Order: sequence, then C-alpha cells, then structure tokens
Amino acid sequence: MLTVLLFLPALGAAFVALLPRAREHDARWLALAVRGATLVLAAVVFVAHESGEPGYQFVDRFEWIRAAGAGFSVQYALGVDGLSAPMVLLNGLLSVVAVLVSFRITDRPRAYFAWLLLLETAVMGVFLSLDLLQFFVFWELELLPMYLLISGWGTGRREYSATKFVLYTLAGSAFMLVGFLVLGLAAGSFDIEVLAREPVADAAIPLSLVFWAVMAAFLVKLPVVPLHTWLPDAHTDAPTAVSVILAGVLLKMGGYGILRIALPLLPGQAQEFSTALAAIAGLTVLYGAVITLQQQDLKRLVAYSSVSHMGYVLLGVSALGTTALAGAALQMFTHGLITGLLFVTVGLIYDRTHTREIAELRGLMHRLPLIGAVMVVAGLASLGLPGLAGFVAEFTTFVGAIQQQPAATIAGVGGIVLAAGYILWTVERVFTGPPDERWSGLTDATAWWERAAMGSLVLLIVAVGIFPRPLTDVIRHGVEPIAAVMGAA
Amino acid sequence: MELTGFAQIHAIGASASLFAGAGLVLLAQLARPLWAGRGGDGRAGPGSPSFALALAALAVAAAWSLWHEATGSSGAVLDGAVVVDRFAVYFALLLTASAAAVAVVARDWAQGLGDELASDFYALLLASAGAMVLLAQANDLVAIFVVLETTSIAQFVLVGIGGGGRSAEAGLKYVLAGAVAAAVLLYGFVFLFGVAGTTSLPGIAEVASSDDGELRLALLLGVALVLVGLGFKMALVPSHGWVPDVYQGAPPPVAAFLSVASKAAGFAVALRILYVGLGGGASSVADEIAVTVGVVAAVSMTAGNLGAFWQQDARRLLGYSSVAQAGNIAIGVAALVAGSAVGPSAVLFFLATYAATNLGLFFVVIVVGERTGSYQLSEYEGLARRAPLLAAVLGLCLLSLTGLPPTAGFLAKLYIFNAAVQASQPWLVGLVAVGVLNTALSAFYYLRWARLLVREAPDAAGARRPGPSLLPAGATQLLLLATAAAVLVFGIVPTPLISAARRAAEALVAL
Repeated sequence: MLTVLLFLPALGAAFVALLPRAREHDARWLALAVRGATLVLAAVVFVAHESGEPGYQFVDRFEWIRAAGAGFSVQYALGVDGLSAPMVLLNGLLSVVAVLVSFRITDRPRAYFAWLLLLETAVMGVFLSLDLLQFFVFWELELLPMYLLISGWGTGRREYSATKFVLYTLAGSAFMLVGFLVLGLAAGSFDIEVLAREPVADAAIPLSLVFWAVMAAFLVKLPVVPLHTWLPDAHTDAPTAVSVILAGVLLKMGGYGILRIALPLLPGQAQEFSTALAAIAGLTVLYGAVITLQQQDLKRLVAYSSVSHMGYVLLGVSALGTTALAGAALQMFTHGLITGLLFVTVGLIYDRTHTREIAELRGLMHRLPLIGAVMVVAGLASLGLPGLAGFVAEFTTFVGAIQQQPAATIAGVGGIVLAAGYILWTVERVFTGPPDERWSGLTDATAWWERAAMGSLVLLIVAVGIFPRPLTDVIRHGVEPIAAVMGAA
Repeated sequence: MELTGFAQIHAIGASASLFAGAGLVLLAQLARPLWAGRGGDGRAGPGSPSFALALAALAVAAAWSLWHEATGSSGAVLDGAVVVDRFAVYFALLLTASAAAVAVVARDWAQGLGDELASDFYALLLASAGAMVLLAQANDLVAIFVVLETTSIAQFVLVGIGGGGRSAEAGLKYVLAGAVAAAVLLYGFVFLFGVAGTTSLPGIAEVASSDDGELRLALLLGVALVLVGLGFKMALVPSHGWVPDVYQGAPPPVAAFLSVASKAAGFAVALRILYVGLGGGASSVADEIAVTVGVVAAVSMTAGNLGAFWQQDARRLLGYSSVAQAGNIAIGVAALVAGSAVGPSAVLFFLATYAATNLGLFFVVIVVGERTGSYQLSEYEGLARRAPLLAAVLGLCLLSLTGLPPTAGFLAKLYIFNAAVQASQPWLVGLVAVGVLNTALSAFYYLRWARLLVREAPDAAGARRPGPSLLPAGATQLLLLATAAAVLVFGIVPTPLISAARRAAEALVAL
C-alpha cells in the first residue's frame, strides 16, 4: 500500500518523460491524473490508519542492503503513524495543487512534470521512511528535482538560487549523515523504531555533538535564523508550483525530522538543549517577522513570513510537552495549507501583472476580486485569526509552550502582532485603493484549474479552523509517544 | 606446498594471457605484409587484427579470472612472490573489464593513428593491464616494484602515443613524475627491507607486529614513503600534481584507462601492503599510519575539489575530480588501518562503482570531443536535446560522482563513510565530516556541468546550427548503456556487489 503510494509518482514521472513529443501538452493531464490517484491513496491512508493504535501501520519492510557483519544493513521500511499521516496527506494535496497552478507551462512540459512528480516521491519517502539511511536516501533524492526545477524554470538569478539551495541543504545533511552513522554504530541498527525504543547512551563522539549534527540538517531545512538565507532566494526565483511545494512541504521535512528523529532518538540531549532551541525559535519568529515587514517583493514577503512561522514549529518542539508538540505538528500542516495558498495567489497575480513589486501593485481588488478575496483569507489565516486553520495551531503551540518556555512564547505572541502588521499592510497596499489603469486589462481567476487550486485550499483552511478535531486527534496520538519519551528522559 | 608447473601458470593465467595477447598483437602487425599483400600504405584498414586480438586476450583473461573465482583458488607461487586469492581475482575482473571497455571505445581513435601505432596502442594496453592484474597478486616488495614499473613504462608510452606537442608534453610530465614516485617508493621499500630483513610481505608483517620500539621510526618512514610513491598511481596528494595535466594532454581513451585502472591497481597494492605487510590495524605503528592516511585523504579531497571548481576543460575537471575521489577512497584506507573490519570491502566496492561511473563519464567526453573537436564544458550546453543518450549517461555519472541517490556513487560513499565511523574513533568521525562537506563542495562543479546539459544556448530559438551528429558507433552506444546500467543497478540493488567485495576483502584479511 505505502509502496504504491511512494512509487506511483515516480512511475508517473517515467511515463510523462516518455510521452511522444507531439503529445507533450498532455503531460499536465497525465501528471494531474497520477497525483490525483496519489492524493486518493494518501487520503485513504490518513483515514484508514487507526489513530488510537500505538506504533506504525501499513508497514512494508524488507532488507534492502544485506551486509551482515559490516554494520551496513539498510532496510526498506515504510510506515505511517499520527505524525506522518497528516504530512503524507499534505504532500498529496499540495502536489495536486502544484500541478494545477502549472497548467500554463509550455516550456519543456514533459521534463517539468516529470521532475515535479519525482519530487513528490522523494518527499513522500522522507515522511514514510522508518530507517535512518533510507530516510537519508530520500532526503538527498529531493535535491536533484528541486535544483533542476528552480534553475530550469525559474526567474531572475535562478541558477545562483538553485545552487545556493543545494549547497545549504547538502552541507546540513552532511552533518546529519555523520550523526546517523554514529547512532547506527552505537545501536547496531539504523531502524528508527529500534533506536527510539532504546535511545543510545554512548557513542563514538559525545552525544550532544551527534544531536547538533543531526539537527544541523533539520534547522537548515526548517529554516531558522541565521541559516535561512537560502530560502528567500530559492522562493523568489522558483516557479510558482515549486514555491508551493517548497514552502508547503519541503520545509516540513525539517520539522518532521526533528519530531521523528532528533527528539525520540536523542531525548536526553533534546532536553539539555531545549532552552537553546527555544532561543533560536524566538529569534527566528521575531527576526523573520521584522525582515518580512521590510520586503518590497510580494514573493519574498511570503517567503520571509514562512521563516517567521517555522519559528513556531521550533517553539513547540522546544517545550517538549504533548500539547506543544501537537501544536508544532499542527503548525506544520496548517502552515503548509496557508503558505501554499499564499504562493498560489502570488503566482496568479504575477502571471497577470508580471511584477511582484508591491509598490507597483495597487487597487487590484477592482480587477481581481476573487484572487484578492482568497489572498485576504490566506492572510488572515496566516496571522492567526480564530476560525481559520492558523489560529488552531498557533494557539495550541502557545498554550503548550508558555510554561516551559515563557520568554520565547511571549516573543512568539509578539510575532503574531508583527504578522498582523505585515499581512494587513500588504493587503492594503496591493488590493485596496483606487483602480490603477495599468492593471485595467487584467482578468480574474477564470480558468477552472486556478479556481480548483484556490478553492480546495480555502475550504480546508476553513474546515480545519472550525472543526479541527479529526486532525488534532490524529496528531495528538502521533506525538504522545514522543512526549512520553521526553517525560521519561 | 609444491605446485605443479601447470598450477604455477594457472595462478598467473589471467595476466599471462594478457601479456601473450600483447605479443600476438605485435607479431601479427609484423607479419601483416606477408598475408595482406604489399599494398600497406600505413593506413588503418579493416583487415587489421589488433583490435580483435586484444579483445580476445581480454576475454581469455576475464574467463580465467572467472575460473579462479568459481573454484575459489587460493595459493602462492614463485616462492610466495605472487599469490592468487579472491582479492586479486576481484581486481583482475575489474581491470580486464575496464581495459576491454577502453579498447572498444578507443577503436575509432586508434584507427586514426594508423595501423602500426594502433597495434602498438593495443599491445601496450594489454601489457599494462596484464601488469596491473599481476600487481594485485604480488606479495613481495621486489615483485611489486618490478610489476609496478612494467605498468608505468607501458603507460608512459601510452600517454605520449597521440603525437603532437600536447601528448608528448603530457608523456614527459608523466615520466618525470613517475620516476620521482618510483624513486620514493623504492626508498620506502629499502626501509621496510632494512627493518624486516626480508622482502616478503608476510615476513614484514611478523616484524611489524612485534612491538619493537627501536624499529618504529624506520618502519613509519618506510610506510610513509611507500604511500607517497603509490600515491602517484592512486592520484593522492602529494603525488597528484601530474593528474590534471596528463588527463588533459594524453589521448582521452588513455586518460580514461589511467583514471580507472591505474587508480584501482594503486589501491590494490596499498591495501595488500597495509594489510598483509603490516597486519591491518595490528602493527605497532598503525595509529600513526592511520592518521597520516587520514590527513592525506582530507587534503586530497579538498585540494581536488577546490582545483576543479572553475575548470572549463572537461578533462582537467576530471583530473581534479579524480584526486578528490581518491581522497574519498583513502578514507576507507585510513579506516582499515585504524581497525575497521569493513574498511577493505568499502574500498573495493567504491573502486568498482567508481570504475563504472568514471568510464561512462570519460566515454561521453571522448565521443563529444571526437565529434566537436573540443573539450570545453561549453560544448555540453543543450546536449540533452542534441544527444539525449549522451546527456542521460553523463548526467547519471555526474550524480554518481557527486554521491546522490539513486546512483552507485551514493551508496559507495555511504559505505565508505560508514566503514570509517565503524572504527569507533572520534577523529575518524571528524574525517567523515570533512568528507561529507567535500561532497557538498563537489556538488558545485558536478551539478554545474549537469545543469549545462539541459540549458539551451541563448541563440537556441530555432536558429541553432545543426552541428555534427553526436551519436557514436553502435558498440560505444552499448557500452554507454552498460555503464549507465551499472551505475543504476549498483545503486539500487547493491547487495551482490557488496557481497563480492566482502568475499574479496576476507581473502586479504584471512591471509
């Protein structure tokens, strides 16, 4: 089941790449069909897995590399639990949205959609892996499609940005690999389940070094200040669909890695350094928000707001309690929806106006009422308006974190205030005001794919905001074992 | 154990058949006027048997090695100077396969040299390969030195065979660097002999493992000098200076052969000396040697990667990358000296995947170079549209050299890093950190090249000059596919190759 879910997009990528040239414009339909099927599977997995049951479900497992005695036995092991199921669903969903917003791509569509599909497999593999080395394989596999997508279909300084993205990630994952190998040697296994059951107590190098080595990759990916500088560049120059995936899903790989690997496998170190993590979180939230306020480029603005919002994930992590961890996991899911939607609308605006300079845009509400309304909804959700998805996650995080990390939590609440500032100010500058005749020829989102992309995300944001129980239940069950380990350590 | 005459020959059958093949190639060329009429104007004709003879000799050598492998032969001949074991057989197969691939790809180029030079080329290729196969079997300092010089001399001529200033200059550089390396190596051997009183590796091991404080310094000096001398073959710092120049100046098929076979043979000797001659991690100087090799590895990786950063010539870039990759492999060597039981098999696995990857890469460079007459990276712009097969193979091999999944290079690096961590020493973990950071560095130039493949030139809008057809001959196409398949298969289903590498490594450890 999970194997099919994992490799269906890759298989689709092969088919898309092999389409005859005469039919290359059908690549988008094929990609949509494959991703639709993947989303259905992801939804089935999300609904069908028993959130009350402990441990992983739908496990597929066999020994991939056998080298007994060499300490190099790598498993192929997939499974979901309450932590990964929402991420799998999110990936499936945003992948469909990404295809929808790419419907206009005419430049080498076969290659474009093939790489996009391969990217989905790589990310899915990260969320499903139960073996450290297999996790690493998929973590690295994601780089190549991203590099080619940004450098091949991006705008502006795309090659610089794509290279920067790859080098930052590779440098981070370099340390992670060292950490994994040391852990694997100490425990005699790379199985995440085994390692989480009995966290290693001693290794070839001090465990605190291992902790930070592993965290290096996740903190770069999340990203936190001051390791975030690759993100605005990559976002600004990436095509819309890639921005959606990057903000919506790829950043979550960092948060997911912390929750799945760093905390349960090294609980003692996580507690030891929780204050440091909280400090980084507070800094990220505030610094990210302040920088966001100064942005002149619409896409850069959303990108920096992502940095700020990922600080909440780390804040939740640093508090280490069930509620705070659930808040962090929730924040990953809701931020995926919200930022995904923000990038969709920014992309649609750019498609029409061919500029992202906030100063040049004004009075767009007159011409683009639908896009404007959707962006307002996304913006409000982003600043945490009750009744929308963002509020649930942020509130849960704050409630969970206020006791353990009061200072950082207060900084986080301050971040909300700043978020309200930059969101409302942006909406005011871009959408309100008298109509500008430069933009009088624009047409609103009329194509069905544009409406479908926006509609589905708006629907979910509202649904999660009003009725979060199904989601929170799943996530709570997912993080309870982690919190239990933290409590015991 | 007294072996019969046949058993003696059987033990060195693979290399003997290669040497015999080299002789036959030359004889056939000499005898050619007798049966080809007197019309020989020196131009290559379809009647030249050199190529067929060379392939036949390589096939016999490979079959002989497979015979050894199937029967699990092991034993020593010539008073223990030469041994046959799975370790040697593993290298014999690797080397003959590489030589055969190079022979096929070089066919067009060799025909362009004219009949006589072409037969010289194939004869030298066979002689060099035969000597390397024997090198992996040598178990005695004198035997090692003699065989090593045989490979070197053959290669000196090969590098210069292209004629013209570049090739001759590269040949001269290679000779000079090789002469210095040989002298250093011999100096190191003298120290080892002085310490042990014997040239046989097991004999040296006996002395090295006895903890005699007086001999430590001499032993250490000897091993260090030997490593510097062998570093010439492996393309390791500080004996790496010749690599970019020679790769650029030598005929590309020769450079391809050097980059893969010479490196493999160098590591084979290094492993045998370190394991059999110094008892792996058991000698009294193991710690010092391990650290030395570790430093060499770190410096090689960094120097190679930094050197490759801004190269515009594909061959120079490959030269620097070869130094960096040798550094990666040396991590495994450092690990084995530090006592990691996985070290040798990691090195063997890496060498096999590296051979497939680098040959594939070089073959594309050869084809593009032959068709366009240029080795500049800018020739590769938009290659994906002009020659999808070449671009796909090149892209895959570049990924593999970077060490990204799902290619063989990824697993090879993972395996070797894991082997280093297994030694359970903090400084080796640090070395691995240097190694993985270097991977990030190398991604910069490997991916820059890969990126060119899919980039369209600015004037690409329809007005693109058609350019020469880039599709190579059928046999070369098959080889390209084979290397690409190997890179993928070893990356996705690596267990058989890992098992083979482990069996080969066990032969070494058990001795």
